[in-house]
Amino acid sequence: MEQRSQLYGVLGEFESAHQLLHAAEQVRDAGYTHMDAYAPYPVEGLSEALGLGRNKVPLLTLCGGLAGGLGGFGFEYWVNVISYPMNIAGRPLNSWPAFIPVTFELTVLGAALCAVFGMIALNGLPRPHHPVFNVHRFLRASTDLFFICIEATDPKFNLPETVRFLQSLNAQHVTEVQDEE
Amino acid sequence: MSDAPLNHPEIRRLTPVLAPGHTYESVTEKISDVVLTRPIGIGWLAGFAVAFSLLMMLTVAITWLIAKGVGIWGINIPIGWGFAIVNFVWWIGIGHAGTLISAILFLLNQKWRTSINRFAEAMTLFAVACAGLFPLIHTGRPWMAYYMFPYPSSMGIWPQFRSPLIWDVFAVSTYGTVSLLFWFVGLIPDLATLRDRAPHKWQQYIFGGLALGWRGSARHWHRYQSAYLLLAGLATPLVLSVHTVVSFDFSVAIVPGWHTTIFPPYFVAGAIYSGFAMVLTIAIPLRAAYGLQDFITMRHLENMAKVMLATGLIVAYGYFFEFFLSEYSGNKFDVFLVQQRLHGPYAPFYYTLILCNILTPQLLWFQKVRRNVAALFVLSLVINTGMWLERFVIVVISLTRDFMPSAWGRYSATVWDYATFAGTLGLFTTLLFLFARALPAISIAEMRELVAHQSEEHE
Repeated sequence: MEQRSQLYGVLGEFESAHQLLHAAEQVRDAGYTHMDAYAPYPVEGLSEALGLGRNKVPLLTLCGGLAGGLGGFGFEYWVNVISYPMNIAGRPLNSWPAFIPVTFELTVLGAALCAVFGMIALNGLPRPHHPVFNVHRFLRASTDLFFICIEATDPKFNLPETVRFLQSLNAQHVTEVQDEE
Repeated sequence: MSDAPLNHPEIRRLTPVLAPGHTYESVTEKISDVVLTRPIGIGWLAGFAVAFSLLMMLTVAITWLIAKGVGIWGINIPIGWGFAIVNFVWWIGIGHAGTLISAILFLLNQKWRTSINRFAEAMTLFAVACAGLFPLIHTGRPWMAYYMFPYPSSMGIWPQFRSPLIWDVFAVSTYGTVSLLFWFVGLIPDLATLRDRAPHKWQQYIFGGLALGWRGSARHWHRYQSAYLLLAGLATPLVLSVHTVVSFDFSVAIVPGWHTTIFPPYFVAGAIYSGFAMVLTIAIPLRAAYGLQDFITMRHLENMAKVMLATGLIVAYGYFFEFFLSEYSGNKFDVFLVQQRLHGPYAPFYYTLILCNILTPQLLWFQKVRRNVAALFVLSLVINTGMWLERFVIVVISLTRDFMPSAWGRYSATVWDYATFAGTLGLFTTLLFLFARALPAISIAEMRELVAHQSEEHE
């Protein structure tokens, strides 16, 4: 079987979160935009160093919560007032205080589902394979090593220059990442 | 005073949440090896065998229940609730500590939560599973339990949304779902770690599939942290609402001893109280069995003991006010109920409850007790017993002595009640045993964060 492979980017390896942060700032300041950093735990300040803006998870969560709450109350109203009205001890059909517990629970449920599945979907997961996994040392990205990948799609990307640039940032190993098709 | 230096405030402040000298590699290895490479020991097998036998007893008890009906239990008219509801409230309360640790302590930025939150969340899930079982089988026809959910039925009927029992369905199912999501989100990075370290192909496939292809990208972490923080913010009011709704099952009714406004706060405090007791009951053997004393340190145990002491005092306050308000109101049914608790046929349960929940835990004021692992373990069992008795007293004494003497009754559990209860203990323990071997019992990614913070402090 013939395997075509295409350059995905250049991966630089760092030993500490401190070095990673410093390098991420340099990469951003050099004008690269198509890059990503990889860390075994959420490094404080890394999103700012990479110049990532706000993400959409909070907005999705708000929408999910509103949909759950309004939908929940509206549904209870429709059931107890319109579709299946029942006189319980002479109380009004729209006895809204009694509808609050379920409204509250559905608000939380809607918000939580949107937060989790929104986060997973925006992250493009599940995605079992990714080109960076082709680099053997990347196995340690989930234990104790930190990486920066500058992607080939970046307008400023130039293989020899980008490799030299990452080396100048004290990256221990600089590897080409191949995207095997 | 040989132990005087230990009590020095400066030294106590320095008791670490993580023993010194750990690196990213060492914490990862220590926690993931339990799952990936450590052989199954005789202790695990023995414990699992006992738990699994109890689980099999549960299946027998439920099979017999479905064949014969709820008449095999001790319930009768007027005591329709019995063990099923006592156990339901007990289990769901135990679950609350897991959410408290993972959500509320996260929002309060308490670093010591890190090494206990994972298995406390697992405990929550398993406790909710046990809890949910009871109302289900208590319906008598569990195959029709879907009637409780609103669905467009061909009969044209809908649930009654003014009923606390329907609130309960929504509260417990939402709680179970959100707890599962919270737990899974926390697990994703650790599953990726296990995928990358797994020595066998089949392990790589399983953990790789569950990790969803997580690769630790900064963009992913960015959204991940938002989602985790929001989940913590959502789970905090949720956990308070769940036991509040459970207490509404009682307090919305007019039965003496149930119809009080103190119920929601004191139910929530009691839930956290029993939950922390259960976390200790699990943490103490777990850290000994897998050598995790570096991660679950004395500081954790002592902090949990303090939370138990505080919530125990809130519960004591609740008992006192229940007592005081019924006397102060002068309502003859309420006054009579208090007398029944003190002098009625179930008085020994009430006195044991006071002994277990209020008097014995006062030992936790002493630091020597809080730092004695064996004493804490025994106390956690005592408190769990006490909290079970509390629900028994609430359910049974009120139902056996309501308004009219002609409606009074007696309740005693049958062997099937005990078998079902012990069976859920088996279900809970079986799941815990499997969890300890199949998934990392401590959050590896969060432990690495802790290592990073520790090394920053040293620099």
